[in-house]
Amino acid sequence: MSKETPPIFAKKQLLIDALFRHTTRFFAFLVFALLAGIILSLIIGSMPSIKAYGLHFIVDDTWNPVTEKFGALTPIIGTLVTSFIALLIGVPISFGIALFLTELSPRWLRRPLGIAIELLAGIPSIIYGMWGLFVFAPAFAEHVQPWLKDHLSELPFVGILVQGPPMGIGMLTAGLILAIMVIPFIASVMRDVFQIVPALLKESAYGLGATTWEVVWHIVLPYTKIGVVGGIMLGLGRALGETMAVTFVIGNAHNLTASLFMPGNSIASSLANEFTEADGELYTSALIELGLLLFAITFIVLSLSKILLQQLRKNEGRES
Amino acid sequence: MLSIYRRRQFVNYLNLTGSMLTMAFGLFWLIWILSTLFVKGFDSLDLDLFRKMTPPPGSDGGLLNAIFGSALMSVLATLIGTPVGILAGTYLAEFGHRGWLAPTTRFINDILLSAPSIVIGLFIYEMYVTKVGHFSGWGGTFALALLVIPVVVRTTEDMLRLVPNSLREAAAALGAPQWKVIMQITWRASKAGMMTGVLLAVARISGETAPLLFTALNNQFWSSDMNAPMANLPVVIFQFAMSPFEDWQNLAWAGALLITIGVLGLNIIARSMFKQSQISQ
Repeated sequence: MSKETPPIFAKKQLLIDALFRHTTRFFAFLVFALLAGIILSLIIGSMPSIKAYGLHFIVDDTWNPVTEKFGALTPIIGTLVTSFIALLIGVPISFGIALFLTELSPRWLRRPLGIAIELLAGIPSIIYGMWGLFVFAPAFAEHVQPWLKDHLSELPFVGILVQGPPMGIGMLTAGLILAIMVIPFIASVMRDVFQIVPALLKESAYGLGATTWEVVWHIVLPYTKIGVVGGIMLGLGRALGETMAVTFVIGNAHNLTASLFMPGNSIASSLANEFTEADGELYTSALIELGLLLFAITFIVLSLSKILLQQLRKNEGRES
Repeated sequence: MLSIYRRRQFVNYLNLTGSMLTMAFGLFWLIWILSTLFVKGFDSLDLDLFRKMTPPPGSDGGLLNAIFGSALMSVLATLIGTPVGILAGTYLAEFGHRGWLAPTTRFINDILLSAPSIVIGLFIYEMYVTKVGHFSGWGGTFALALLVIPVVVRTTEDMLRLVPNSLREAAAALGAPQWKVIMQITWRASKAGMMTGVLLAVARISGETAPLLFTALNNQFWSSDMNAPMANLPVVIFQFAMSPFEDWQNLAWAGALLITIGVLGLNIIARSMFKQSQISQ
């Protein structure tokens, strides 16, 4: 009797082992299935709209619920323009912050300052929106926009961007708030990739007499450029899909204008504003197709970011 | 010769000063946002906030139903999302060395981590809300649970990978089967880290607005019926802040302060917990 116990015992354990392994595998598969489910359900939901408008949907700028004519050009351009402004401002600032945190800051200050910047990422986006609408937009309209108009409106090309009344809300404000929101994401990726640069490389450059800036510009940045681009892509992914902050300050108008002072629209803000009020199958479906487009764009951007960051990790051991 | 040195030195100082200014720039926004929030939020913060329901415009009230709804949905979403996330994360860390599933899931999970949350709302709307025919607390809960999962998967995998292999080998050498090694050794060793992940996930969902707009919607009254539209803080803040009524806007500021304190508090607790667990190892 006692001879037989070990095999039976072991058999039972093996069974539980297999069960455990397959359970965890099932849940891992669930995460995978989730993505497939999201894409499929969005495609099914937007079928009526895809059938009705086809490819014309993404180049048409009319958005008229009454006549059921829908085109996504205005929100697509709004999304791209606001995200572009966010990166234009956010990237250099994030670079400066990462540089400060890795090279300049005294050691004891690094952690608290790093946490402070990460707290910016922790603030819920609806708070950015409220603050943007009630505090930032009025201040911006009163102090900054008139100045921009005075100095830029005469210039060729740039002048057209600052036409219109200084209302505070609009595409530029949305872009600025997005910039503040993506800074912590980009800065923390940049800081992390700057830290992987081998000390030996940096010290060699310092030993040759390079200044701190030259070390950063000629050694650190070239070494980490893939990771830096990955971080920027991550920030872009965040900016493209940001909903609440943009909804508060962008003005929510389906107009296509060149001026950044004018109210506009982004994909996410159209969804947030109109989805619950949309009546009629075609209207809802057009909005879901907007969501599908947004998901497709962010999926591509985030995949690129992930691939670039992985590449950097792979090269880490090889070079140097 | 000297001028080159001068120029290099000048460029160096210029750029380093610029770097310091960008740091100040980042902190400036943090301080501006938080100070506005505290000033405006404290003005309308009183006990009625926790005693009364959301009012019609023009009369006084609180946010009790919204706070309750948010708390209920967040707790349920965490309860649903955490086990899924932990098991999936365990697969990635413990069994994910071979095959296509682990790398694919890891990749997808990282994308879901940053994917726009409003799309998750759309997904639940399509999958659940249109099927049952009305907005509901469950819809909101499911949407939030889907946001919990990627955060927990990521931190669970990272934390399990920090557990030294010698621990696993020691347990296996004593004859422990794999499920016991994982559940009683590796999970236990990384408990604090995994809790950090759960806290970060809770912090993330308690401020989320976009996925609740088309799932839980909102409710002006007290409701604990999960099959009916349910009040929640973020959507109430959104509606009240966008309204023209000043007393609604004041309530929105108070709610915004509550959410921010909660979210930042959770973030800080999670971070200090993680730090402590690292020190004790």
